[in-house]
Amino acid sequence: MKRSAALVLFSVGIALYCLVPFLWLVLTSLKSSAELTAIPPKLMPSFHLGFYRSALQNYGLLHYVGNSAIVAGATALITVVLGSLAAYAIARFKLKWTNFYLLLLLVVSMFPQIAIAGPVWIILDRLQWLNTYQGLVAAYIALSLPLATWILTTFFREVPGEIEEAALIDGCSRLQALYKVVLPLAAPGILTAGLLVFIHAWNEFFFALIIMTDPTVQTLPVGIALFPGEYTMPWGEIAAASTIATIPLVLLTLIFQRGIVRGLSAGAVKG
Amino acid sequence: MKSSQRLALLFLLPSFLFIALFSLFPIIESLRLSFYRMILTLPWLGQKIVGWENYSDLLTDPVALASTRTTLIFIGVTIPLELFFGLGMALVLNEAFRGRGLLRAVVLIPWAIPTVVASQMWRFIFNDRYGLVNFVLFGADTSRYLAPLADPHLALAAIIIAEIWKTTPFAALIILAGLQSIPDDLYEAASVDGATPWQKFRHVTLPLLKPALLLALLFRTIDSLRVFDLVYVMTQGGPADATNVLQFYGYKKTFGEGMIGYGSAIAVTVFFMSLLLALAYLRAFKASRVQGQAP
Amino acid sequence: MSKRFGAAEILKDISFEVADGEFCILLGPSGCGKSTILRLIAGLEQPSAGKILIDDARVDSLAPRERDVAFVFQNYALYPHMTVFDNLAFALRLRGMSMNDIGPKVKEAARLLEIEELLQRRPQALSGGQRQRVALGRAIVRQPRIFLFDEPLSNLDATLRASMRVELARLHRRLKATILYVTHDQAEALTLGEKIVVLDRGTIQQIGRASEIYHKPANLMVGRFVGSPQMNLFAGKVDDNGAILQCNATRLDLAGLLQSAPARLAGRSLTVGVRPEDFHVADDGQGWISGEIDLIEDLGSDRFLHVKCDGIHVVARDGRERSFGPGDRIGLHADSERVHLFLDGKRIEP
Repeated sequence: MKRSAALVLFSVGIALYCLVPFLWLVLTSLKSSAELTAIPPKLMPSFHLGFYRSALQNYGLLHYVGNSAIVAGATALITVVLGSLAAYAIARFKLKWTNFYLLLLLVVSMFPQIAIAGPVWIILDRLQWLNTYQGLVAAYIALSLPLATWILTTFFREVPGEIEEAALIDGCSRLQALYKVVLPLAAPGILTAGLLVFIHAWNEFFFALIIMTDPTVQTLPVGIALFPGEYTMPWGEIAAASTIATIPLVLLTLIFQRGIVRGLSAGAVKG
Repeated sequence: MKSSQRLALLFLLPSFLFIALFSLFPIIESLRLSFYRMILTLPWLGQKIVGWENYSDLLTDPVALASTRTTLIFIGVTIPLELFFGLGMALVLNEAFRGRGLLRAVVLIPWAIPTVVASQMWRFIFNDRYGLVNFVLFGADTSRYLAPLADPHLALAAIIIAEIWKTTPFAALIILAGLQSIPDDLYEAASVDGATPWQKFRHVTLPLLKPALLLALLFRTIDSLRVFDLVYVMTQGGPADATNVLQFYGYKKTFGEGMIGYGSAIAVTVFFMSLLLALAYLRAFKASRVQGQAP
Repeated sequence: MSKRFGAAEILKDISFEVADGEFCILLGPSGCGKSTILRLIAGLEQPSAGKILIDDARVDSLAPRERDVAFVFQNYALYPHMTVFDNLAFALRLRGMSMNDIGPKVKEAARLLEIEELLQRRPQALSGGQRQRVALGRAIVRQPRIFLFDEPLSNLDATLRASMRVELARLHRRLKATILYVTHDQAEALTLGEKIVVLDRGTIQQIGRASEIYHKPANLMVGRFVGSPQMNLFAGKVDDNGAILQCNATRLDLAGLLQSAPARLAGRSLTVGVRPEDFHVADDGQGWISGEIDLIEDLGSDRFLHVKCDGIHVVARDGRERSFGPGDRIGLHADSERVHLFLDGKRIEP
């Protein structure tokens, strides 16, 4: 039938469009030095791990990964906690100004980074938090809270108010009701929000660039962007580092793709 | 009633504090700093108030004007193409078929890749010696290989291609959500009324998709104004300022040269551009909402 | 138990009492405030003014958990992430009861409601009727002072609703519980309630037993709301002799209907109400009011004739299986003792 043939064609086209550039990068990372510079470029690598070894040993890839993990992890955790509290308040206590707060978050999330970069730098400088984990994490929390709050509010709103009321009547205090009934039901949403914040913090570049100038605390994106290369770019190592930087995210995305799609479109459509 | 208000405030306070300190206060500060002349890393030199001088300089600065033009071209080309491809992807993803889940996951990959990685990736693909693009265009004939990133005429195009690749999935997701919210009965009613697939698309899908399209338009435009990672990694604004978009120019002035006063003027300008665009879209969005609810 | 309270806006100065062990029904159309009253008693909302007393002690400043009331929600509000057993045991666990004590209580309630086999299931796996029983069980297991039901049967289909009505009545007798029950279904109210409080737009219209509400409605609203099909109403002006009721273009023989001319009503605006079952089809085709049959509703056990009399639409019950058809002219008599008179909307005696 013509329809399914067209569908297959488009699907394959879309898949190729999305995968080919990335696959090319991964394949490049697995080549040997000779294969890298070969012209015409060889399509299939020899699965040579030389670039990985070099990236890890000569370019200190592992400690960039460690920094990113610490920063992204802390950001995700704290943002989700603060965001859940806010989202619960917004979903439960239907006060007039909570809608205004959500709108404020939306507006704030649209600020171009450059518009706040300078003063943020100055603030962190005054706090002596430049080149520290807490400095970057603090900035990231502020950047992630709008999206996280929007998504969490959507999920908290889906927990019917009556169930919480039933818990109150059954004998829970407000806090007990939150803990025993609301949180278990909102858990999938909380997980999704945490994941999205983690991914966003892991990938963030602009603020990482201006706040972390000391290589010992730099995160992975900065490390990859600033890969040293005077005359020739170490493309092999860059490819290897990039692959390592990306594989965890790709895996997380593939595993949680349903939740992610839901979270993104829920956060978006509700706007 | 009072106690629940207090509790709500308590729950919202920590979030609000972060946002106030790292978003609200800085934007006001930027506004203030744009009226000063100051070197970022030499605070002891003090701040000298210069009034509107930064802004008047901005209006006559040829680099700034070219930068604005570059930014507008960038937005003007990427957005329509993203929405077009995004719509296509969403339409395919909306159909039910085996492996749809897998395709949806694959579509998320460009979104999941760090922008910096994507930048390096495309930089490599556009490479003048081992780049995939050159090979696809010219085969093994290396004498004809191009260096798009070193060519003032091609560099912007390269960045545009990279941007479209990276961000189309996000647009596709928003549009997909919009597509899925259109009830099936409407299509069935249209079928019974005798509509062809194209007619169904024109008269059922598109009108009801307007809110989602506008939303995608809003988000993508705001994000396009903020493009930075691609420019930083691929071209550093060059060659010859060919890809010197506004946010990057602001960055160079503030953190490259330390001219935070002038940089703040650029920053405020970009901010107001975003704000105006957002307001324009929200107005169009509200209007389409009302229309959409009419039938 | 007595409860007295008054709250502004949604509820305008409501005051009533419920005795210990009584089955009290709050009846009224949507938006009349009956659910609000229930929620105020439960502590889910606060009154703007007035007080609520349970067992003569003020409770309006207490949190729900301190009032010892149980609430059955319209949508059941079962905890989706817990099994039926855990749903029932939840409140007891919160009280710190040991599992030894909880187990038997839960099983007893489950047996009473015939949901023993469902104890290990989750709410999503239950039908509407089963969920309803679990919601009931959750309330019963706590042995509270008061049961509050918020339209518990409105989400069930008709047959289930009928059987659950019977069960609820049985449960009430068995548990000797004090029950406050909200519904908009007047049939439910009439069959279940010992005391019925009729509400409309935030005010009490009438309090009384079912027979009182039905046979002696205190005002037009109650008369119209209770009874299906609705009471026939004839609104018009009484002439100077008190003998004729002028309803728009139609002259109705008021004196003939009441068997005397109420002179004191001369010149007043009056509404006469006659229930469909109080109309009898005249043998000779001449009656107090006559007209053409427009439509016949045959429900099997009852037949309702929709008759057009000079532009007035009248519904009369006819159970005698006489063969009428649309277009037939018939006359209707009304029993003068069963006629309702409303002056300015309020009931008066003839």
